[in-house]
Amino acid sequence: MAIHSLKDKVAIVGIGCTPFGERFDKSLDDLIVDAVTETWQSAGLGPDDIDAYWMGVYASGVSGLTLSRPLRLDNKPVTRVENMCATGSDAFRNACYAVAAGAVDVAMAVGAEKLKDTGYAGLISVKPQDDGTRAGTSAPANFSFLAPAYQAKYGVDADTFRAAMTHVAWKNHANGALNSRAQFKKEVSKETIEKAANIAGQLGVFDCSGVADGAAAAIVVRAEDAHKYTDKPLYVKALSLAAGYAAGQNDDTYDYTSFPETVRCAEDAYAQAGITDPRSQLALAEVHDCFTPTEIVLMEDLGFAARGTACKEVLAGAFDRDGDLPINPDGGLKSFGHPVGASGLRMLFECWTQLRGEAGERQVKTADRGLALTHNLGGGPGESVAFVSVVGTELG
Amino acid sequence: MPGITGYATYVPCYRLDRGEAAAAVGEKAKGARAVAGYDEDTTSMAVEAVRPALLMATGSPDAVWFATTDPAYVDKTNATTVHAALGLPGSVGAFDLGASVRSGAAALLAAAKTSGVAALSDIRGGLAGGADERTSGDAAAAFVFGDTDVVAELVATASVSEEFLDRWRIPGETGSRTWEERFGEGEYVKLADHAVADVLKAANLAPGDVDAVGVAGPNLRAVKVVAGSLAKQTGATGDSTDLLDLVGNAGAAHVGLVLADLLDKAGPNQLLLLLSLADGADAFLFRTTERLPGARGTSLRDGLAATRPLLYPTYLLWRGLLDREPPRRPDPVRPSAPYAGRNADYKFAFSGGTCRACGTIQFPLPRVCLRCRAVDQFDPISGAGLKATIVTYTVDRLAFSPSPPLVCAVLDLEVGGRVQIELTDVDPAAVKVGQVVQLTFRRLLTMEGIHNYFWKARPVSTAEVSA
Repeated sequence: MAIHSLKDKVAIVGIGCTPFGERFDKSLDDLIVDAVTETWQSAGLGPDDIDAYWMGVYASGVSGLTLSRPLRLDNKPVTRVENMCATGSDAFRNACYAVAAGAVDVAMAVGAEKLKDTGYAGLISVKPQDDGTRAGTSAPANFSFLAPAYQAKYGVDADTFRAAMTHVAWKNHANGALNSRAQFKKEVSKETIEKAANIAGQLGVFDCSGVADGAAAAIVVRAEDAHKYTDKPLYVKALSLAAGYAAGQNDDTYDYTSFPETVRCAEDAYAQAGITDPRSQLALAEVHDCFTPTEIVLMEDLGFAARGTACKEVLAGAFDRDGDLPINPDGGLKSFGHPVGASGLRMLFECWTQLRGEAGERQVKTADRGLALTHNLGGGPGESVAFVSVVGTELG
Repeated sequence: MPGITGYATYVPCYRLDRGEAAAAVGEKAKGARAVAGYDEDTTSMAVEAVRPALLMATGSPDAVWFATTDPAYVDKTNATTVHAALGLPGSVGAFDLGASVRSGAAALLAAAKTSGVAALSDIRGGLAGGADERTSGDAAAAFVFGDTDVVAELVATASVSEEFLDRWRIPGETGSRTWEERFGEGEYVKLADHAVADVLKAANLAPGDVDAVGVAGPNLRAVKVVAGSLAKQTGATGDSTDLLDLVGNAGAAHVGLVLADLLDKAGPNQLLLLLSLADGADAFLFRTTERLPGARGTSLRDGLAATRPLLYPTYLLWRGLLDREPPRRPDPVRPSAPYAGRNADYKFAFSGGTCRACGTIQFPLPRVCLRCRAVDQFDPISGAGLKATIVTYTVDRLAFSPSPPLVCAVLDLEVGGRVQIELTDVDPAAVKVGQVVQLTFRRLLTMEGIHNYFWKARPVSTAEVSA
């Protein structure tokens, strides 16, 4: 038994992404129509050219009808996918598998979410019935457990960790300021970030990603067919998904300084893609910066920084847009916004834009490395699903 | 001879300054009253009192008798929640007595006759700014009765009943109503004389044989007059009327506080006279045994040491006398009855499992071991009421809480295993990693008329840590 690498079997040939944000002007259906039509056009295709669809939506819709209804699709196979914050990525993964298996020639993955129609602050999660014994903490509170645990384990003082959190927020806002599709297209000063109202633990408002509406989509085909649709396809080099044991909260060996599910995914993906030194081989990485401490810890989990050194590396600018390895050059969840089901495909949209040299003002200088990584995690410390993909411009 | 085999009291840590409450209506008052936390009710407080009482007793009770004037539920029995939280066997009966002040005395009588545990628990208040609001108090007391390892034999009891209006309340009303206090005083003095004479006669004893006397009842004037008169008649010590200023008058639980105070102060082989004056008079004669001094747990008065001040506006919010602005978040979902029923061992009794294959302790009881993935190979283990150490914590200003912010911690339990659980009775700024806390049964919130009971953790005082 083994999971086999899909390296160079599947290619992305079309992609689209709506502006993310408080889209009070657009319904979920509008966002889906906008993202999907843009994606069809980018590959020169129409609704009937797609053989099967995977629709990633976390909490804004159920069933394949979420996609077929607004697009008036003609009895196409549409699978609804939900995997928390990895929803969009998992829709993409399933579309890739269908193409690689030879079941379909052309598949589309769509991710969409409408979070701002509720009228509430923060992310609203619909949870299954339970007995009322689960801790009622919010998402920022769950991720806030990382900060004190990390500081204690590695002897990082609270001020240094705060500075690293601030740097992550500042960097991602600076990147988003150059992105016309981002929710927050504005630089934010380090002083403003640090003076913001407290939300949970050591996290302030600017340590949290934007709750947003949005949609994104991608078309995948067999690698050998890619040039029928575009001159500059992206080849899928690795796809990895891990659902953890979800018992970190009950396991006294879990120390709240790492996401083991992400570590496993990254090892698997690097093996599939033949990557040995991600920091120097990747042109960029789009990682799941739901909260600023998450991005800090992920630098170690994804092998971009040695254990205990992430704060130092972050503060040295290693992951800035002009650094060693640009992280979230599109602004990330932090300033691009986080419409849960769409985020994984939004990350691929940025990889496509950057690796094809079409990112304009925010173009990374490392694009010629030709490889980019996307990463999602859903859940929280000790209880998450993780996803890592690697895409590249060249075969082989 | 049957008697008390274990007892304990629970007084919540919050204290409302009577002067502050009085100032709101331009009056003056001295002292403080005990106030239940926003996450406590008479059921959860009863659990806090019964648990240590059962630890002191060597036997297990045959029934639970729960007395209160403020039941968390009507129609549904509250004693079953107490029963579940204590992990008692299904064959043990669980009954409510209520909702009168006299139910406290009734629980003692019923428990004595059934080798049961009497759980007396009350939350008392009144209309804003009134004397009842300031002079009442919230507390619980528990007494386990049995035949072996008795610390105080029940020598005799006597009850006298009479119908008259002294204090009354229509169900659902916030404030009680009282007749002119002197009318009730006159009735209670007569009833007290009658009951005391009867109980001494039943035991073939004289007033001078009594070593200590305690009196409780809703009519403070009657309580003070009768206590003074009995002290004179018997020459006995043991005045507990100062509890009215340390805790407040705890309604149906107050007779329990007075009895506990008598037991706390008594030496062996002493005769204790307890009198409850509520719509009649109930007299109890106990004789302490040699076992009492060595078996006692934390005394009522020692338990009053750790307090936290509560501002009057917060008191009004907690009691629902002021409407709080809700957060801009959806209401929490009510717990599912079948789910809670399936998971009652964890939800109420905080029971988990120890893996027989690898020894890993985990809460709640899983089907599959998180470490070695052995299936259905667990021995039950309880963490209820036990101590734990804070591994990490967070103060959550976004999550719903009836009294924000929600403080949540990851705990390593002293019995083994780890949980993420809410902290209570804490100053968020004073929580520390490595701090020792203790699991406490609480009402997390109420949704659609369902009280969501579960465990939280509260700080442990320095004395308790070293104990």
